[in-house]
Amino acid sequence: MADEKTPDLDKGGDASKAHIPTVIADELHIVYRVNGAKTGKGSATSALSRILRRGEERGVRKVHAVRGVSFTAYRGEAIGLIGSNGSGKSTLLRAIAGLLPAEKGKVYTDGQPSLLGVNAALMNDLTGERNVILGGLAMGMSREQVKARYQEIVDFSGINEKGDFITLPMRTYSSGMAARLRFSIAAAKDHDVLMIDEALATGDRKFQKRSEARIRELRKEAGTVFLVSHNNKSIRDTCDRVLWLERGELRMDGPTDEVIKEYEKFTGK
Amino acid sequence: MTASPSTPPPDDGLSRAELAAKYGLTVSGARPGLFEYVRQLWGRRHFILAFSQAKLTAQYSQAKLGQLWQVATPLLNALVYFLIFGLILEADRGFEREVYIPFLVTGVFVFTFTQSSVMAGVRAISGNLGLVRALHFPRASLPVSFSLQQLQQLLFSMIVLFLITIGFGSYPRLSWLLIVPVLVLQFLFNTGLAMIMARLGSKTPDLAQLMPFVMRTWMYASGVMFSIPVMLEDHPDWIADILQWNPAAIYMDLMRFALIDGYGSENLPPHVWAVAGGWAVLLAVGGFVYFWKAEERYGRG
Repeated sequence: MADEKTPDLDKGGDASKAHIPTVIADELHIVYRVNGAKTGKGSATSALSRILRRGEERGVRKVHAVRGVSFTAYRGEAIGLIGSNGSGKSTLLRAIAGLLPAEKGKVYTDGQPSLLGVNAALMNDLTGERNVILGGLAMGMSREQVKARYQEIVDFSGINEKGDFITLPMRTYSSGMAARLRFSIAAAKDHDVLMIDEALATGDRKFQKRSEARIRELRKEAGTVFLVSHNNKSIRDTCDRVLWLERGELRMDGPTDEVIKEYEKFTGK
Repeated sequence: MTASPSTPPPDDGLSRAELAAKYGLTVSGARPGLFEYVRQLWGRRHFILAFSQAKLTAQYSQAKLGQLWQVATPLLNALVYFLIFGLILEADRGFEREVYIPFLVTGVFVFTFTQSSVMAGVRAISGNLGLVRALHFPRASLPVSFSLQQLQQLLFSMIVLFLITIGFGSYPRLSWLLIVPVLVLQFLFNTGLAMIMARLGSKTPDLAQLMPFVMRTWMYASGVMFSIPVMLEDHPDWIADILQWNPAAIYMDLMRFALIDGYGSENLPPHVWAVAGGWAVLLAVGGFVYFWKAEERYGRG
């Protein structure tokens, strides 16, 4: 089923760094458990009968999101993840980051992979200023590091280009501004293994260009970069290898051009 | 796998697990050892503090009066309890008015500290799944941070408490210094309890619906608005003993003893400091280990 090839080309890193594995997924299975979604009727009586009918996890619905995915990623690679909505791309990333426990199989990693995203740590009621500090600390930066990077983050986000917005609460930002600040905070840290989930789609054209440049920079510093995107162009621009997931299974793994061509055929583009 | 991997010759024929071992890769998301966990948690102390302060500030950021509510909320709370229990129900049996009012307000504030720590603990993981699923940090940061938020909330309430105590004729004296150890012990106790509740709540979010009733029962049984020995005079001694030895009552009594002139040591159960310390250490250590045991499973499902 999985057509596995390791790309012999290494666009990004230098050749000496190649073939040192940084992430190994070994027959990985991820299962979500959802409470109270067994019967369509969410009524109190059905909930009660679920509790009364004891047995092996009645009333808990299982969603098998990733089914037996195996691959090996090497230092210096930028790997794109493609597939239709709900194919398990984001779940796979979270499992690699160690944020979702595996049901079966294992993920081995070099150092601590990080997911690019701090959205959850930020609070809309706080000023952009405090969110920069909070987000940096949440990603595991020290207080000194946050202080040192603060101005860089604010400048990169371009929030202050149209006035002093960084001292206003984040709920007053436009959605584009907020997304830019989030990306800027998240991209401020250097990572061993970096995973980016559709982060490139945010902001206006000018900001998109800036963030693509930043990703290339991060990729140089990071060992390996994973990028989830529905934008085939941004995958072509940044990745040299692509994993194609469909229904939780690895459908194809190979050089970007080959896989994307097949994927485009599949989606009828 | 169908195709042979094009890794360099020396790695050929190695299974994935062997390959991982060869290059020193580790299993992602494995639970660290207890001491390593403590070290990681200590490394996140700035995040824990910043997160608790951010939560505290965000609470009233939409209100016109803003942070003034930090003090106004406990003041209104005290007023309500005084109205009901002091004026209408006259629960102040065995006390003079100058003692009863500070007695009541101290009880309400100190109990609220434990109550809100427990309630925040239940939701610490289940209410922050987004954070747990997006970022890497020792998960104990969340319950600790929420207890810390409640501690800061209590410090605001203490301003109100000092004013009331002074207003009813108990002036600052040396025994007020005892507030510090009492707060430290109660904070340890609350944090441990919050960690236990966080693990339970992550598995069974329904606890958030149940806990208000448990906490209210605990409040009425702990003598927040009445003196346990006086109220239970005609009942067997052991009932009053058990109620008095319960941690919430212990911390309330110690705080009253420290603050109020007319509330002497005759109101305290024997070995009160040892009991207070015992509860704190038991819950803090036990709760921490209990929470750590499930570290790698938070955020599932």
